[in-house]
Amino acid sequence: MNKKDIKQELKNNKTPLTFTKSLNFFWMALIYTAITILAVVCLIPFVLMMINATRDGHEIVRGFTLIPGDDLVANWKMLTKHINLFRAMLNSLIVALPCTLLSSYFSAITGYALAVYKFIGNKLIFAITVVFMMIPGQLSLLGFYELVKELGMIDTYWPLILPSIASCGTVFFLRQYVLSLFPKTLLEAARIDGAREIYSFHRIALPIMAPGIATMAIGAFIGNWNAYLMPLILLTTQEKFTLPLLMSRLNESTDVAANQGAIYLGVAISVFPIMTCFCFCSKYIIGSITAGSVKG
Amino acid sequence: MTNAQNIQPETVEQTVEDTNYVPVVIKSSNLRKRERTGYAFVLPYVIVFCIFSIYPVCKTFYLSFCKYKGGIGKVPEWIGIENYDTVIHDIQLFWEPLLNTVKIWGLNIVLQLGLAFLLTIVFSDVKYKIKGVGVYRVIYYLPNIIAATSLAFLFSTLLDQRYGSFNQMLHSLGALGSNPETWPNWLGSKDLTWISIAVIQAWMWFGNSFIMLMAGVMGISRDYYEAAAIDGAGRWKLFTKITLPLLKPIMLYVGVTSLIGGLQMFDLPQIMINKAASSYPTIRTVIMSLYNFGFGPYSVKNVGRAAAMAYVLFAIILVFSVLQFVLMRNKEEE
Repeated sequence: MNKKDIKQELKNNKTPLTFTKSLNFFWMALIYTAITILAVVCLIPFVLMMINATRDGHEIVRGFTLIPGDDLVANWKMLTKHINLFRAMLNSLIVALPCTLLSSYFSAITGYALAVYKFIGNKLIFAITVVFMMIPGQLSLLGFYELVKELGMIDTYWPLILPSIASCGTVFFLRQYVLSLFPKTLLEAARIDGAREIYSFHRIALPIMAPGIATMAIGAFIGNWNAYLMPLILLTTQEKFTLPLLMSRLNESTDVAANQGAIYLGVAISVFPIMTCFCFCSKYIIGSITAGSVKG
Repeated sequence: MTNAQNIQPETVEQTVEDTNYVPVVIKSSNLRKRERTGYAFVLPYVIVFCIFSIYPVCKTFYLSFCKYKGGIGKVPEWIGIENYDTVIHDIQLFWEPLLNTVKIWGLNIVLQLGLAFLLTIVFSDVKYKIKGVGVYRVIYYLPNIIAATSLAFLFSTLLDQRYGSFNQMLHSLGALGSNPETWPNWLGSKDLTWISIAVIQAWMWFGNSFIMLMAGVMGISRDYYEAAAIDGAGRWKLFTKITLPLLKPIMLYVGVTSLIGGLQMFDLPQIMINKAASSYPTIRTVIMSLYNFGFGPYSVKNVGRAAAMAYVLFAIILVFSVLQFVLMRNKEEE
């Protein structure tokens, strides 16, 4: 359901209902004011963040204003002297990007196989997948840590990346997606033409599944980019910290903690990539929220 | 291959019927071979799943029956159900955190769903025809995609009693007196902190709920409204008799998923509230308590107890999941 659909829907609504009474102007003004105030409430913390990022720490402490200051550079110097946000951003990318790719590809091939092939154990694998979708993460947390310790992978990115090969939710979603959208006759046609099964998957199924995969990929990327608990227990070297992890340690440097301007700037930089990404593809991101739930 | 050729005709037909295959491909050996490709396709998933999902869950279960401190050279030592006994009788570090979690979640869901509900009414109303739904939707959803750690940091700075911009803003608007000592201590006082966290949670999630409810309303067929309107139903009737009942399952879904997620609340309170703060015990959630036992300082570390806690919490979550399932199914049967 995107913006256009909703607009269209609202336009089409003239038909059945007979509300020809003229709209009460004040009532409408009230409604618009209320929803706009709510929008302002959503934005104000970010606005304050950006303005305060350009102001001097002492100035911020003394009072509030909506006029940007001119200490952006000073705050920047203070911040970068102590922590390396861009390193953390790169680390986050090193984790989130492979996670997204692996979970997309392997979930697609697994979901496709579960939907298309009938083999012994198919139903069992699917059933276990559904059960594990409902199992909360904290249940595996301690065992996972022990496992990573046994594998000698503490303080590496492997335990953050590899598990995304097995993303239950994505497999579930893509299996349903194939069942509802993928015409099996296409596969038959390819078989008659002598195509190998893996070729059929790559050349025929993947393009058809692309919108579904993209929807899940966006969610996977944002989830991994924002992940906190797992990196927190697994990473110990500060150079390897992902962005959320470094953010949570921001106030450990007393110089930075004493200068609110630097803190605001740090937060602003940390939210910048995902905010920009949201501005450009909000349509797809919002589409991905309702994808699995309402229809499913 | 010899094996495949020996298949009885009935078996082949059975398979054919099952898979709805067109007759061209009826050749038992090929058929079997093809279906077996499925194994190759799911193999990576199954291997990784067994190692990184099933094993850890079983390991946690095993650890919940052990005395284990988790240090170097320490080995889990089987002690039976002692950990569960401790957890179930643990007021301070299990039931109180659970109560805190439910309390914070409760206020949050009332605000979140209430707001989302009002917005859905306003935005889906045929009479108001609100312009710019798309823009509002994007803005309302914005807080949800920002990392909780960044938000936690942002708010703990903004909400500082004396130096935070929020109180200073209220002060310059004339809502607060001149003495900073009397200003509300949003993240320090025992009475306010949980409310602050609940409000921030609601602020983060109402956009999400709004989009879900909106999708639900848009999914309701126009035919219902038309039929009812022809029968002379007014706007209020349409709302209470059609929109509301059809929206209920979605509200239920949003509510229960939110509860399951809410019981696992961690990032926001963990980062926002200093452990030394007097308000810390009032906002300590179950997962924060679990984290402290599982990964905290060595002196308090008790992995077995943390594992038992995880399973008790899981049992509680399971009850709600089953409840949701039953309620949803009843809905469908009606």
